[in-house]
Amino acid sequence: MILTYMEIRDSKIKKASLEALSEAKRRADDLNVKCGAVLIGEGLKALTEDVFKYGASQAFLIENPSLGFYGPSLYATILSDLAAEVSPRALFFSATAMGKDLAPRVAAKLGVGIATDCTQTSVSDRQLEVVRPIFAGKAFASFRFSSEPQIASLRPNVFPLLDPVSEQGEVIRKEAEVSPDQAQDQVVEVIKGEGAEIDVTEADIVVAGGRGMKEPDNFSLLKEIIALLPNAALGSSRSAVDAGWVDHQHQVGQTGKTVSPNLYIAVGISGAIQHLAGMSSSKYIVAINKDPDAGIFKVADFGVVGDLFDVVPALKKELEIFKE
Amino acid sequence: MNILVFVKRVPDSESKIKIDHDKNQIDKHGLNFVMNPYDEYAMEEALQIKEAQGGTVQAISVGPEESMATLKKALAMGADEALLIKDDAEETYDGLRQATIIAQAVKEKFSDYDLLLFGKQSIDTDNSQVPTMVAALLGLPQVNVVTKLEIEEGSGTAVREIEGAAEKVQFSLPAVISAQKGLNEPRYETLKGIMAAKRKEVPVISLEDIGIENASLKPKLKLVKLAPPPTKQAGKKIEEEAEEAARQLVEFLHQEAKII
Ligand SMILES: Cc1cc2nc3c(=O)[nH]c(=O)nc-3n(C[C@H](O)[C@H](O)[C@H](O)COP(=O)(O)OP(=O)(O)OC[C@H]3O[C@@H](n4cnc5c(N)ncnc54)[C@H](O)[C@@H]3O)c2cc1C
Ligand SMILES: Nc1ncnc2c1ncn2[C@@H]1O[C@H](COP(=O)(O)O)[C@@H](O)[C@H]1O
Repeated sequence: MILTYMEIRDSKIKKASLEALSEAKRRADDLNVKCGAVLIGEGLKALTEDVFKYGASQAFLIENPSLGFYGPSLYATILSDLAAEVSPRALFFSATAMGKDLAPRVAAKLGVGIATDCTQTSVSDRQLEVVRPIFAGKAFASFRFSSEPQIASLRPNVFPLLDPVSEQGEVIRKEAEVSPDQAQDQVVEVIKGEGAEIDVTEADIVVAGGRGMKEPDNFSLLKEIIALLPNAALGSSRSAVDAGWVDHQHQVGQTGKTVSPNLYIAVGISGAIQHLAGMSSSKYIVAINKDPDAGIFKVADFGVVGDLFDVVPALKKELEIFKE
Repeated sequence: MNILVFVKRVPDSESKIKIDHDKNQIDKHGLNFVMNPYDEYAMEEALQIKEAQGGTVQAISVGPEESMATLKKALAMGADEALLIKDDAEETYDGLRQATIIAQAVKEKFSDYDLLLFGKQSIDTDNSQVPTMVAALLGLPQVNVVTKLEIEEGSGTAVREIEGAAEKVQFSLPAVISAQKGLNEPRYETLKGIMAAKRKEVPVISLEDIGIENASLKPKLKLVKLAPPPTKQAGKKIEEEAEEAARQLVEFLHQEAKII
């Protein structure tokens, strides 16, 4: 079996987890093994429909009111116990904040290898092989595993979702021994960002501003574009963060977030190597920059050489016209 | 508070990465090595906690002899002591190998600690594995990717970044914390610090000294291939009046990228 851990946020399964599950199903079919999903928390039964839709034939539920809040020590114990019991060939996570926190801890508890933030998986000679960027995407490394379960976390937004099917699967409930001292690290509060903002790592479209924006107030130009686009979020270069124009939650790049949206629009960003590290795997890249030699044009599918203070308002108008 | 900070020597973020295909390794010639940037946040946080609450800060690195420079930087920033665990193995990208060495060194060499501070990620392997693995191996609580940290007697509270929100986590001490940008502003070394660091003896120990046989560290991952990133053809670049440029851009988004 390939088992995928399903992350729950606001009583829903995260899209990134469904992507990981979809990929697990493709590899499970290659290997001719089962595809399973594991959910931890409370109120899980309602979520099983989704995991059957996206490829799982078995859903393992570990349900307990005291598991409503995430705690890495406890969750890792539950997962490694389950893995020891059902002996999956592979265990997949999505490389979200939670997946990055949890997967290596599970791997260490099981004493097995893990490849984090993978962008490709395949099977050859009945062996799982994964590819992951290293050196901020300046090289790509392919790995095989010499231990089982083979653990991999998969970069969000990279793996396509399966076409949902209306299958039913088997629900398997497992008990977890929850002793209070295991909750030695536990989330006590989730602090929401301002408004209903979408995180850069989860957006389909990222509109990012750099030093060329000149002033913090000018970011409202980008926010107007974002409002006109579906599932779009604000990104930025480090310079804009260091200048205090935007919060570092928005920073894309080597010391910021790695994003791979369908569309990345870089506005007034020169395209330094550390910035490219965080966004060069975007499916389409658009650059708006007044310097025709800016490095960002080397990776852009569509570049506009011009003053952003002319081009962005014009783009807003065109998008409004298009919407009508 | 007695704090152990784990610092790694890595090629700086400007580095052009070349692959030595014969050896299936990164070609290290001509690279400029620095302290892993996230480890600077970890170092700074340790120093601030010490300044506020007393205690000691010890910097530890696993790697070749050259990692001494990284430890000297930690000393120059203000660490009280440093330790080099010498390991000449080529990078295996197997976080468990690294974490096993670190956890074993902590067990063998340190008995009295409250906090283990790490960077959230090495910028060479991009693993983000070692801190949580060390936590698992030592049975300690963990908080990862931390942007705010408060330590009290026996416990602490940390804020960590998640998608579109932040989590507040309560934990008991001793604990493993990994630092994210935003936690603090790392200080520069002072000239006085650099001079003092030069004079300071840094013990160097081997894997055998902490009871590890190199053979027992066989990596759990097999590196099959290293490849350069897929080259991307630069696309269309236009220089038109803003209105015309915007019109063409929207057309591109609609017809070619099919995003709107
Ligand atoms: C260890 C380390 C880590 C780093 N991590 C990151 C990271 O995570 N993310 C990151 O982004 N950077 C990072 N950097 C910084 C990086 O090297 C660059 O300094 C930074 O990305 C530059 O930001 P920028 O493109 O906004 O600014 P600049 O390089 O100053 O570029 C501004 C651009 O705006 C254009 N422009 C100006 N005015 C206009 C106008 N009116 N209309 C159109 N275009 C205009 C200019 O032509 C220029 O190309 C890191 C650096 C180091 C050393
Ligand atoms: N060889 C090493 N020596 C000391 N610390 C290390 C070493 N490798 C990793 N670390 C620590 O673990 C953190 C995360 O590393 P990684 O899991 O490799 O991304 C780094 O920021 C360091 O704090």
